[in-house]
Amino acid sequence: MEQPFDLTLIWAGIIAFGVMMYVLMDGFDLGQGILFPFAPDEHHRDVMMNSVAPVWDGNETWLVLGGAGLLAAFPLVYAVFLPALYIGVFLLLAGLIFRGVAFEFRFKAKTSKYLWNWAFAGGSTVAAFAQGAVVGAYIQGFKTENFRYVGGALDWLTPFTVITGLGLVAGYALLGATWLIMKSEGSVQQWAYKLAPRLLLMVLVVFAVISVYTPFVDPLVKERWFSGFSAIWILPLLALYCAYIVFSSLRKQQEGMPFVATMGLFLFTYLGLLASKWPYMVPPNYTLYDAASAFESQLFLLLGFLFVIPIVLTYTAWTYWVFRGKVKAGGYH
Amino acid sequence: MELDPLVLSRIQFAFVVCFHAIFPVFTIGLASFIAVLEALSFKTGNPVWQKLSKFWIQVFAVVFGMGVVSGIVMSFQFGTNWSNFAYATANFLGPVLSYEVITAFFLEAAFLGVLLFGRDKVPQGVHLFAAIMVATGTFISSFWILSANSLMQTPDGLELRNGMYHVVSWADALFTASFAYRFAHMALASFLTAALVVAGVSAWFILQKREFETNRKALSIALWMLLILAPLQVFIGDLHGLNTLKHQPMKVAAMEGNWQTSNGVPLLLFAIPDQDAQTNHFEVKVPNMASYVLTHDWNGEVPGLNEVAPEMQPPVFIVFWAFRVMVAMGLLMVLFSIWGLVLRVKGKYYQSTSFLQGLRLMSLSPFFAVLAGWVVTETGRAPWLIYGQMTHAQGVTPSLTGGMALFTLIGYIVVYALVFSAGVYYLLKVFRGGIEKANRPHEQDEVERAKRPFSAAHASLEGDN
Repeated sequence: MEQPFDLTLIWAGIIAFGVMMYVLMDGFDLGQGILFPFAPDEHHRDVMMNSVAPVWDGNETWLVLGGAGLLAAFPLVYAVFLPALYIGVFLLLAGLIFRGVAFEFRFKAKTSKYLWNWAFAGGSTVAAFAQGAVVGAYIQGFKTENFRYVGGALDWLTPFTVITGLGLVAGYALLGATWLIMKSEGSVQQWAYKLAPRLLLMVLVVFAVISVYTPFVDPLVKERWFSGFSAIWILPLLALYCAYIVFSSLRKQQEGMPFVATMGLFLFTYLGLLASKWPYMVPPNYTLYDAASAFESQLFLLLGFLFVIPIVLTYTAWTYWVFRGKVKAGGYH
Repeated sequence: MELDPLVLSRIQFAFVVCFHAIFPVFTIGLASFIAVLEALSFKTGNPVWQKLSKFWIQVFAVVFGMGVVSGIVMSFQFGTNWSNFAYATANFLGPVLSYEVITAFFLEAAFLGVLLFGRDKVPQGVHLFAAIMVATGTFISSFWILSANSLMQTPDGLELRNGMYHVVSWADALFTASFAYRFAHMALASFLTAALVVAGVSAWFILQKREFETNRKALSIALWMLLILAPLQVFIGDLHGLNTLKHQPMKVAAMEGNWQTSNGVPLLLFAIPDQDAQTNHFEVKVPNMASYVLTHDWNGEVPGLNEVAPEMQPPVFIVFWAFRVMVAMGLLMVLFSIWGLVLRVKGKYYQSTSFLQGLRLMSLSPFFAVLAGWVVTETGRAPWLIYGQMTHAQGVTPSLTGGMALFTLIGYIVVYALVFSAGVYYLLKVFRGGIEKANRPHEQDEVERAKRPFSAAHASLEGDN
């Protein structure tokens, strides 16, 4: 079929944007769970959970849309990543289920509260690690033949994906801590101020390891970054600049800037990753065009998006407006 | 023993989808019931309706939360265990599932917040609107998912090119031959589920002499619903069966336990189908009845399983018995609907202890009926994943091993057992709290936490309050 315009490219943009939105939004609330065991007392944990309670399940609806959207626009990604990451996907879903119900039951619980604390912390950490491992597996590439995954159950689990998994755990924890700085006050905020620089350091160490290691995993990446100077070098430089802003704004005890700059750090790292792998969507064999669904299917859904998403955003904004105002930081006893 | 990834994947899918299905089938009907209560409250201003609505919204919140959590798993099952199927059908299935998210899930999520927590923050008319939007969202969601399922039963509007289906007509693919019947059958099932649960819980409260007048009103509505819906469901179910006979004759043959194509086929009340011997044992039958039901002719020809090779037949024992469980539940519902009418004419439907106790038990019947019905239609399609086009064996993930599938099967069973017991335990506490607790002014801090499904409910997880 003759294509009047490049829908696949548009969809790649939509999916890339959606993934980034999901990472930023679910990142800070998964971060609360990762930091949960380190909180000094139940009061801190109450505040942490409250700070994300109104938004986390909306965020997970975006994850469901991500799954369905990938199937619609890039079915090869769906049909290779999920079988290849079979065990990891299960851990991710189990983690999300446990932390999701922990949100609901912890506030209702009295004697069993510690159990739900563990469910929330464990579920969040496992889910974050699994997502990081997915990123690592994407960089590594997949063993495919004839548009099918042909590798083993645990091919994805390598020292490299363990590092990327831990990297994302640290990254989400940093997002969570800087979010908490913005949304809390008093002892909780001070605790988060103390925590954030250490987390930033961990994130930078892991990112550095990944950046050095990635070119060895993938010759394409090496070629792209080290064969002469290229404009993409601006991305890691901007990421480093953001890290510097995080650090300096934490020292000045600013409230909003650490979170904003951490999002910037994530954004530029992510763009750098995309620049490394472009145009491969299922590396090392398939580009986004190989992975795409039929033109008419992409068009059918895009039309719906254009009409429906503005309506969705409108009524979502309206409900946020209905519940405007500060969320109380108090306990629920 | 060699672990078969195909069998384990089928068990896994059956398990996660059955677990998931019980929640939406209830919330679809309950959302409409709540919208009706809100509308009555808006129109009459009688406080009874709002009292009822407050209680049932709490129940809705818990069940909806369980549905969301188990639903996330479903959207990944196609990729993890059925990747060949997902890839082949992505041009259709991908947009359909995405449309479900953007037209239904977001609508439900956004307006649920207003329904649960907005009563004092928005005008009553807006609150009613939110209730209607949540109910609408549940129906839009079932439209898309039943459309996808119907395509697997009666494929249409697709063309296979290089191993991928391409949609040649969206209208044909979305509205296949079995869609209207399946949608009507399922919508009625959802309403029946809500009606029977409301009836059962109200009956239980009335037996305990709690909030008598309020619960009597709820019971009255539920019984009227039951009286209309239960016989109507038998009629629609019959039409659905005839549609299946036309498009998937082997499914009907398995439902009837009919091994040989013949005329004047009896209706089997009891039998032990034996697939190896291609026959039944211990038949108890009504002569010529199956012919009459299926062809409206006492001597009509009914297709038998002998029309296809044994390996292309569905598992007869499962389909045969699941069908009987579903029909038995449906007939019990009709029986109770008539019993209710008789008692109402005598003016004492809320006084008969045996009737009220019976209704308590009947509140479980729609769940058995719905699960059995889905087992009939899904297992009855076997060995086909897409009827006549792709088998289960062709659709399964090629890289999947038996060990991997077993690992996640056990994993999901453990995870769901934990989550499900916590959820049911909590739901029972909400029921015990009843209308009274749902209408008690509660602590300020709980109101502050907006948009949390479970925080609409006021029971605590342990203890008595």
